[in-house]
Amino acid sequence: MRREIPLLITGVVGVIFVLQYFIPHAPFNQFNNWFSDWFSIIGACAIWLGALNLIKISADKIYRRRADWGYSVIIILSFLLIVIIGSSSWTHFRDAGTGFDWLYTYVYSPLSATMFALLAFFVASASYRAFRARNLEATLLLLAAFFVMIGRVPVGDAIGGALGIPESFMPSKITIWIMSFINSAGQRAIMIGIALGIVSTSLRIILGIERSYLGGD
Amino acid sequence: MQLFGIWVAAFFTLGIISFLYRDNPWYKLCESIFVGISAGYWFVTLFFDNILGLFWAGLSRENPNYMLLVGGVLGIMMILRLAPKIGWISRWPLAFVVGATAGFYLINYFSSNVMLQVSSTLMPLFSTRFSQPVFSASAYDTIGNIVIAAGTFTGLVYFFFSREHKGVFGGVAKVGIWTIMITFGASFGYTVMSRMSLLIGRMEFIFKDWLGLIR
Amino acid sequence: MNRDFIIYSVTLAIILILYFLVPKPINFSPTVSSLIIALIGLALLYILFRTIMRQYVGRRVVFLFVGIAVVLPFFMNVKQPIRVSPEVQTVYDWVAQLERGSKILVSFDYDPASAPELQPMAESFFRLCLERDLKIIIMGLWPQGPQQAELALQIALQDPSVVAKNLRRHVDYVNLGFQTGNEFVIQRMGTSFKSMFTRDVSGIPYDSIPLLKDVSNFSNIDYSFNLSAGYPGTVEWVQVAVDRYGLKMGTGNTGVQATGMYPYLRSGQLKGLLGGLSGAAEFEKATNKVGTATFYMLPQSFSHVIVIAFIFIGNVAYFLGEKRKKGKE
Repeated sequence: MRREIPLLITGVVGVIFVLQYFIPHAPFNQFNNWFSDWFSIIGACAIWLGALNLIKISADKIYRRRADWGYSVIIILSFLLIVIIGSSSWTHFRDAGTGFDWLYTYVYSPLSATMFALLAFFVASASYRAFRARNLEATLLLLAAFFVMIGRVPVGDAIGGALGIPESFMPSKITIWIMSFINSAGQRAIMIGIALGIVSTSLRIILGIERSYLGGD
Repeated sequence: MQLFGIWVAAFFTLGIISFLYRDNPWYKLCESIFVGISAGYWFVTLFFDNILGLFWAGLSRENPNYMLLVGGVLGIMMILRLAPKIGWISRWPLAFVVGATAGFYLINYFSSNVMLQVSSTLMPLFSTRFSQPVFSASAYDTIGNIVIAAGTFTGLVYFFFSREHKGVFGGVAKVGIWTIMITFGASFGYTVMSRMSLLIGRMEFIFKDWLGLIR
Repeated sequence: MNRDFIIYSVTLAIILILYFLVPKPINFSPTVSSLIIALIGLALLYILFRTIMRQYVGRRVVFLFVGIAVVLPFFMNVKQPIRVSPEVQTVYDWVAQLERGSKILVSFDYDPASAPELQPMAESFFRLCLERDLKIIIMGLWPQGPQQAELALQIALQDPSVVAKNLRRHVDYVNLGFQTGNEFVIQRMGTSFKSMFTRDVSGIPYDSIPLLKDVSNFSNIDYSFNLSAGYPGTVEWVQVAVDRYGLKMGTGNTGVQATGMYPYLRSGQLKGLLGGLSGAAEFEKATNKVGTATFYMLPQSFSHVIVIAFIFIGNVAYFLGEKRKKGKE
């Protein structure tokens, strides 16, 4: 029964969500409201699960004195710091001037932003080392990237103007054309393909054919 | 506190950037703090916005919504995944989430990403521009509409792997891969722009907010 | 250990010199700017020469060039013409044609990591709406979103064109905060906003907020603007709010996500698109305000040229290498 009940739940909930799209009246609208609320609560608990799991793994690492266990202490202390400070202001935890707001502005935001900012360096380095026009397809990719990169910044038109390129063939105009037509076509083909894949996978999940999400016994 | 906060932010920013030289204790410290603070941030936010704001508010109002208790029970089942012996019970809320998502996506993706996209691909040659209902015909738009229709069709042909890409079919698939390669090139260009923007934002903080060197 | 100590010490010394000794602010003259550009060009030529001789430069040199390309333009004073693309103009036109008092729903679906691209869009959009006496309803599907919204709101409220209006929270704008549930939140909002947002961020009940008196669901919203960096975001809003409930929506996306939105734009599901930092700068141009995005465009230009240069150098070396190989054969 450990697998049958979840499969039944998946099937019933899936069918109800499909039906409520076409029948937005009772009882399906009521089911929709209930299920949406439950989804929100489960989603919150799932993220709590992740946070608690992180604490569990860090605590285990400290207990067993694994390599770099000191950093696990930092993880737990940081977690407790923001939870205690955030809870101290209760529902006004996000108000300007609170400790939580300070941590968000001066700790969380800079760390989060800088982590992603590092990617700029690696994109440039990877482009230098690996981006080669080995064949026609790679050349097309390279040319499109070139026009989009040069056309999306003002310096592209400045260079175009200096070279005497006609207005209709300015880098920005070429970029707009590539994005509006060729890019739209390619993205649309990919979008339709992915959507058909999602539809078939969703159907398989609802019908109980696809069971990998349940994991092993 | 603001000046102290700016110095703290600068310390963390430079710590993460130090990774460019090589992995070092400063970077590892900043990374650990980031992991702990992120987990705590989500923990606090979800407690107040969801558990208190939705669950408790729904139960404690004048006409309590007792169906929320079912959601609460499912949520607790999810958290029980941490206990090895009864962790299997988390399959129930997981099944609920998977079923809800599957049912939701089945229709919405088909409607928005297949039907509406296919219908808008079949365009007249006398085109309208974006969302403005102006009847107009121009060589620019006519050629563009042909490119969109042909590009979408050939791109879909390329993804059809049930038939070998030979002959006419192979030729059409080749045009499709060219369209897709140009699309990927455009995506790469935008990705470079996006990543550089993030770096510019951090550098502005360092040189303007912290060091005060920029006006 | 010694080497690391030296590097940390040098870094600290540079920081202290920059903080305490260098006169502020720094502003390069046109001559100095031209000289710097020429030096960077010469350095790139040198790297091209070395790469042709099969002496590839290390990744740290590439990092250094990217750093220089991003930092030095901050001190230059070079004006660049910005052209407004049709998809950006569409967003502006939609807002411009709304009557005073129209309700705008703005959803903040991003975190601080994407703020350099999306925050300028948010500030410009708020400024435009508040100048035109449009009522703003803010919410978010990402927990950090409403906080980013407050930061953008504070900037917009301080603009000279808006300050004199003495706008009030709950009357002219309101922040409903964040709710988990991703696309299911949007679906519930289709029937009732109140079912998902019982209170605003300051704890005021939904029914007590004057701005929301006549707002029950999407049918009461005149235009919506979504700022998105991933999931949940624009795709979910289009699938549910636009396609099912007929919401008129424009979007501001990060560069990574923007390319995938063009099919929605072409099909009319989206009413306008601001793509990445360039989209933000173009929107500032459309609203006739010079903001953060415009200021960022010079470093953006430099960094793009550097990346293109390195790709070009790598390919020149590749083709010459292939030629040598064929010559040997």
